[in-house]
Amino acid sequence: MMGDRALLVELGDEISPSINEKVRELFLKLDRYPLDGLVELVPSYRSLMVVYDPLRIGLNRLREEILKLHQATDPSLVSEPKTLHVPVVYGGESGPDLEWVADFHKISSEEVIKLHSGTIYRVYMIGFTPGYPYLGELPQALATPRRATPRTAVPQGSVAIAQRQTGIYPVQSPGGWHILGWTPVKLFDANQWPPTPLEMGDLVKFFPIQKEEINRWT
Amino acid sequence: MIESLEILSPGPLTTVQDLGRYGFSRYGVPPSGAVDSFSLRVANLLVGNSETEAGLEITLMGLKVRVLTDLFVALCGGDLQPHLNEKPFDMWCSQIVRKGETLFLKAPRSGCRAYLAVWGGISLAPVLASKSTNLASRFGGYEGRALMKGDVLFSEAPDQHFQRAGKIFKPEWRPSYKGDWVLRVLPGPQDQDFPEESRRLFFDSPFTVSSQSDRTGIRLSGPAVHRKKDLGDSIISEGIVPGAIQVPGDAQPIILLVETVTGGYRKIATVISADLPLLGQVKPGERVVFQEVPMQEAMTALKVCENYINMLKKTSG
Repeated sequence: MMGDRALLVELGDEISPSINEKVRELFLKLDRYPLDGLVELVPSYRSLMVVYDPLRIGLNRLREEILKLHQATDPSLVSEPKTLHVPVVYGGESGPDLEWVADFHKISSEEVIKLHSGTIYRVYMIGFTPGYPYLGELPQALATPRRATPRTAVPQGSVAIAQRQTGIYPVQSPGGWHILGWTPVKLFDANQWPPTPLEMGDLVKFFPIQKEEINRWT
Repeated sequence: MIESLEILSPGPLTTVQDLGRYGFSRYGVPPSGAVDSFSLRVANLLVGNSETEAGLEITLMGLKVRVLTDLFVALCGGDLQPHLNEKPFDMWCSQIVRKGETLFLKAPRSGCRAYLAVWGGISLAPVLASKSTNLASRFGGYEGRALMKGDVLFSEAPDQHFQRAGKIFKPEWRPSYKGDWVLRVLPGPQDQDFPEESRRLFFDSPFTVSSQSDRTGIRLSGPAVHRKKDLGDSIISEGIVPGAIQVPGDAQPIILLVETVTGGYRKIATVISADLPLLGQVKPGERVVFQEVPMQEAMTALKVCENYINMLKKTSG
């Protein structure tokens, strides 16, 4: 429980694709199920937060409905994830931390790029700021602690890493992750529908481009 | 649609807010909306709007607006010493203001935020189903930003007769903003991650509201609320609701407000729904004490609040 109007449904206690997929399944089922009093669904790594209006639905009834849905198997409710290919200008002004990360792991910048763009990532959740995808898992060889001092302003489009995660900053915001590169792909636009090209459970594959090629992707 | 209000001075922060944006947290979009939703709802109902209509959220002091046409308005929430043409202006009731008059909010006497509702609402296109301003991502409200000097707001043309003038939200229904806050909370979801000693400190000690508080959260300073020694400083990120009290690495609690959707710190307790609107009236320098209550009391308190709103709805103006 979180207060008197949110139920935190925990489906595991670690970061793993299978637990996250269980969260996604329950999220999609609840999302398509008309339940009076349901206010908001917040899927994350290992839990689904269900915000409800306690004046319209009781906690016990809500628990029963969620349990019923959790046990129901209806594959038609769970849509296939999509894969988004994201061009990245690595290093230089676009990726001010690329060399630092390479030095930290005692490998070359080229190897960092190869490792980062050679992995298919899962969108575990979207949070922090609108459209911000938490992508995992980053290869162990690139696992890097957060910056000691966060930046007050990370530019929009920055592609960054921290620990076993990578992400893309949809708007300029403060941030403590290491910036490897920059993408022209727009991750959030409140005036478009849907406002972000990614949903939880989708897959992301980065590929390196040169700065001169940006126009081809915008 | 007609010009209704011109901002002569916005004060430190005046934004357009309604009751918030729901259904989009899957995209990382926080609710935004009035921090003190109760006062905005009352202000809207007093002028005959739907309670979900947008109004102005005025922070602390300094807002000066010129009335551009005869309007029917209500001001609720914190007492920021409102004046109409230099004369004190009554709150918690519907009033007619005339073209050319100036409404000015001098300084807080009690509370932190006041809400101005205009009959006919604030005419702005909803973004993601809400007129609320998301300042961090710059969308919604008035061009996604705080109001500035020279901004002109539009409202749906009110009809000629202001029948509802003089409608009052009774003093005994109004919350009091004494500045020495007792906030009722339910423990959790991660209260078990704090040792008994920390939980006792959290519930027995007053905390002081830091000047770094904003619509994102109320930052507190007080005794250190340490987590259990064998635990790391963060958890796997998960959804959060307004009123969740997280304790980051520095052991100083933060009450999260309406601009956050996920978080990676432990939540020791969560403010009950009935007291959420009060969080919009807590200002820097004031003291906060947390009181644990059973779920039953949380529900009863919420019904009391809603009952006041329902009584207002039944009042004929």
